[in-house]
Amino acid sequence: MTNVIPTSQVSSGTGLRTLAEKVWDKHLVTKGEDGTPDLIYIDLHLLHEVTSPQAFDGLRLANRPLRRPDLTIATEDHNTPTLAIDKPIVDLTSRTQIETLRRNCAEYGVRLHSLGDIEQGIVHVVGPQLGLTQPGITVVCGDSHTSTHGAFGAMALGIGTSEVEHVMATQTLPLNPFKTMAITVNGALRTGVTAKDIILAVIAKIGTGGGAGYVLEYRGEAIRALSMEGRMTICNMSIEAGARAGMVAPDQTTYDYLEGRAHAPRGADWDAAVAYWETLATDEGASYDAEVTIDANELEPFVTWGTNPGQGVSLSGSVPNPAEIVDANERSAAERALEYMDLAAGTPMKEIRVDTVFLGSCTNSRVEDLRAAAEVIKGKTKAEGLRMMVVPGSARVRIEAEAEGLDKIFLDFGAEWRFAGCSMCLGMNPDQLEPGERCASTSNRNFEGRQGKGGRTHLVSPLVAAATAIRGTLSSPWDLVQDGDQ
Amino acid sequence: MQKFTTVTGIAVPLRRSNVDTDQIIPAVHLKRVTRTGFEDALFAAWRLDPDFVINKKEYQGGRVLIAGADFGIGSSREHAVWALRDYGFDVVLSPRFGDIFRGNAGKQGLLAGQISEADAETLWNLVESDPGLELTVDLVSKTARVGDLTVKFAIDDYTRWRLLEGLDDIGLTLRNEARINEFEATRESWLPRTLPALSPESPPTR
Repeated sequence: MTNVIPTSQVSSGTGLRTLAEKVWDKHLVTKGEDGTPDLIYIDLHLLHEVTSPQAFDGLRLANRPLRRPDLTIATEDHNTPTLAIDKPIVDLTSRTQIETLRRNCAEYGVRLHSLGDIEQGIVHVVGPQLGLTQPGITVVCGDSHTSTHGAFGAMALGIGTSEVEHVMATQTLPLNPFKTMAITVNGALRTGVTAKDIILAVIAKIGTGGGAGYVLEYRGEAIRALSMEGRMTICNMSIEAGARAGMVAPDQTTYDYLEGRAHAPRGADWDAAVAYWETLATDEGASYDAEVTIDANELEPFVTWGTNPGQGVSLSGSVPNPAEIVDANERSAAERALEYMDLAAGTPMKEIRVDTVFLGSCTNSRVEDLRAAAEVIKGKTKAEGLRMMVVPGSARVRIEAEAEGLDKIFLDFGAEWRFAGCSMCLGMNPDQLEPGERCASTSNRNFEGRQGKGGRTHLVSPLVAAATAIRGTLSSPWDLVQDGDQ
Repeated sequence: MQKFTTVTGIAVPLRRSNVDTDQIIPAVHLKRVTRTGFEDALFAAWRLDPDFVINKKEYQGGRVLIAGADFGIGSSREHAVWALRDYGFDVVLSPRFGDIFRGNAGKQGLLAGQISEADAETLWNLVESDPGLELTVDLVSKTARVGDLTVKFAIDDYTRWRLLEGLDDIGLTLRNEARINEFEATRESWLPRTLPALSPESPPTR
């Protein structure tokens, strides 16, 4: 897909810098020469049980210490059950992986938030809620959705296990400089249209590889108007456009979110931090390597029809006809996707009936997401035979939601109210789709089998998830209003 | 890591684009705590289909995978690279790779070479018309050769050098340890720290 307009390939040489370049420069340990990468310092390293065991093993084999336990934190999320969390984990391989993390963290002195701890939860929910994720820092985690933390104006990179080990040993990463892409979202979102719809529309526009090699910076009125939760949803899915990271420049919304959190600076430190954060925004006149513009006023609730996050369409649209796709590769991908999804070209998206609604994942499981969905379903009846599962992003989110009575709204509606974790986003725990089961999911990936072997995923916003749970077919709150009029 | 210069082996045509790492290795197979033993998990869902290319007897022992664009997108799981390595692949050629996958490949001695869409098509046609054909991939000249055909592939110079020399990244970085120490000494005191753990007196949120 080539909807990206390359701007000047030549640096303006003006000394004006983008947000990403400023954070990069600030963390430069050594500048690469003769084609070698730059060495970048890492301020915060997040760990979970799936991508860390082999890295700890590597350290142990090489007899290397973990350089900075005080910049490292771990939680259990991918494998954890969302029911009966006080019982031993039934799946033995999952239990082994969790126990391995506990042993490794104890041995190397890493703070760990285990199942049952109030700060346990999806690693990308935990970092921000603790106030550890801050503007202008570098964050890494052995998880591609680390891009979430870019919502604070941090440079946040998903890395592989070899790199996890590298950061453990050196607190740095050798990295080649990225290109920068501005994604400007002008105008204002209409009621019922959310951050999730923005990012699904962006990915549909630039494609799953459109961001490859780039750090995306989201800008414009519509981004400024978003809460931190909304910005996290957008940055979270930058990886689905192939980007290494997504960022939003910090502003008052960011500071208000951070102030008073456990690890946020206090007193004079706060003032010093804000003074730094204020310098981060992209300089007026700095140039990007590419630019994309989206008009928020025109956006509608957006859903996916296929098996990658770029295969999306407005909810008011229809399943596309592969025969009309010019590019041969995209055409065959669409044909395969429709076969897997068991969808016929031309079917209106709103006629697609789903079996399950999943509200959760690092994309959309924060209290604001749960609140938005609860507001839609409150006092309504769930579609017959439909299963709805609500999985808060962290134990703390669950408790906050319960304090507001959201659990009661979900339970009265007939939804399941679970404990925190990654859950059905990727089904490493027992929360999986059955073969052929169709799901409207607030998560981030509609890949084949992602939510369970043979499962079919439509990516949606929390509002669309809620409306779909009421009507049984892919729907938005707009449809509920129309139902009410009739 | 072993030094990588040339590999000659059976080429396997994977005529699909957007092969994400969930397809290369589904999440349920990520539960091992070792770096090895992932060979049976490679393309686990697709391998259930007897007609899937990896299952065909002509392609057994394949070492060079020729894939469509955007290979290795999605999850950062290095298990995708381990599974390809454990199965026996030394090389993946594709018109475009997921960034994280490409980085992971370079750390584990898997050559991820970028070829043009046209060359991918040429190689697919050639290999499909003569299944079991062997391809020679030469990292020194950055070429893949079969018979009279020579195809250029791209790989960044640093990864190429490390593969050719078989160098360990961490060891290379630790040569700069003095510089890392210097850098650390300049870090602001207000930057976040995860330790000491929270005390009951410091409430975790506002």
